[in-house]
Amino acid sequence: MPSERAPERPLPETRNAGATFWSKAAESVLVVPKCTECGRTFWYPRPRCPNCGSEHVDWVHASGKGAVHTFTIVRQSADPYFRTKVPYAVAMIDLDEGVRIMTNVVDTPLEALMVGMRVEVLFEPAGGGIAIPLFRRA
Amino acid sequence: MTSAGALSAQVAVVGAATAGIGWESRQNVAEIMAEAAHRALADAGLSVRDVDGLFAVTPYYWMPSVTLADQLGIQPKVTDSTNIGGASVVAHVGHAVRAIVSGQCEVAVIAYASTQRTDAGRLVTGADLLPYERPYGPLFPISGYAMVTQRHMHEYGTTREQLAKVTVAASEWASLNPEALKRGPLAVADVVASPLVSDPLRKLDICLVTDGGGAIVLTTRDRARRSGKRAVSVLGTGESHSHCYMSNMRSYTETAGVQSGRAAFEMAGLGPKDVDVVQIYDAFTIMVVLGLEDLGFCAKGEGGAMIDEGIGPGSRLPVNTTGGGLRYCHPGMFGIFLLVEAVRQLRGECGERQVADARTALAHGFGGVLAGNATVILGRDR
Repeated sequence: MPSERAPERPLPETRNAGATFWSKAAESVLVVPKCTECGRTFWYPRPRCPNCGSEHVDWVHASGKGAVHTFTIVRQSADPYFRTKVPYAVAMIDLDEGVRIMTNVVDTPLEALMVGMRVEVLFEPAGGGIAIPLFRRA
Repeated sequence: MTSAGALSAQVAVVGAATAGIGWESRQNVAEIMAEAAHRALADAGLSVRDVDGLFAVTPYYWMPSVTLADQLGIQPKVTDSTNIGGASVVAHVGHAVRAIVSGQCEVAVIAYASTQRTDAGRLVTGADLLPYERPYGPLFPISGYAMVTQRHMHEYGTTREQLAKVTVAASEWASLNPEALKRGPLAVADVVASPLVSDPLRKLDICLVTDGGGAIVLTTRDRARRSGKRAVSVLGTGESHSHCYMSNMRSYTETAGVQSGRAAFEMAGLGPKDVDVVQIYDAFTIMVVLGLEDLGFCAKGEGGAMIDEGIGPGSRLPVNTTGGGLRYCHPGMFGIFLLVEAVRQLRGECGERQVADARTALAHGFGGVLAGNATVILGRDR
């Protein structure tokens, strides 16, 4: 079957503090790390809070809504998967919970992309009990 | 504690050289680094036997200064392979100054080389993406700089044409530099018509991919005086890094060049108005805009307007007088070429591209996606 040979999206390493981020995504839930000591959310996931050093880090549900901080449209790629996807949008999203994460903006005309555009999360199943959070125009 | 100012003008750059700049290499990276070191030492009237401090970086070896020592056949007293990306060798200058002033070593070589063009035809780097980035396919480092450019345009109204003028100025300088690999003229229209790679960056907003290496030699003021060469003093140095990964950039429009630049100017007891010629790492056009702003040559957001005023030959503030990474050469980490050119300008060795009466030069390196920052201010002895 041709689909068996189709290159797949590169998957994240999960032997790190971010494993929950990907596994919760498989349940269609977006979570971000929050320090229960200083009360601040942060990105990216680390075992200790990068603001105060506390090891008391928990996950909080994010609304999945945010705004485009900045973006680019990738026109060429050497990666076997992304080569089949050009042109595609890579963006930094300011989540309403106060952290900024990288994503692809999908299901949105590339020419509609702009800084400040409101976006919402969706999830792409990736197998192995994880999913990849993506965003689209809200 | 010694104040940084006490370190100013205690160490001199007495040698500077390049090696292996081109599209195809028959030598390997260690050989080109060593050749550059030998040439820089000859330029200083010194030999490899005098070297007791070795500073090197390259993406090619696990222990660059150790590899270089093998190639040169020396056993240094001070060794440093610190890697903060393309700013590394600029940071090494500050490290070397402190090693020399404290008496740890007397003659220091700083060297770099890469044969990325011959080996890969593209950037050779050990840089990694975060697990939170790799699934999304950003081009490293191009998409990072593209998003920086997009945000700068949004916040400050920096224009497509202003960015193009950075490349045009680089092409004007390169046409005056016999060592430059791209010497042909370019107009704004050429840049804005070149293919998009990662919006808004186009092919001609992005540096060349070449081979090449370089080295400089530093020593004490006393020894420099005895050498009889026109010495160039290290007046100020600074370094910082604000993040490693794109996902951890607190600002997409301001760099840790603010900190490294301030440290260098404070050590030198100088300000931006005292600088006659500037070298800012220009792997992407936006880096010159950010460098001018963050080093204090203009206010934040006014970098584009400063480009409009002109940074090419004959301008009030000549920037990247070799043609830079955009048009001169770009073997992956451009820092050493910023330093070599700053020295050559202060010695008056630059022929057609010489900035008249250049007495003070600044070199600023960036590494990664604006991650590593290092600034050096050099001055011609009166």
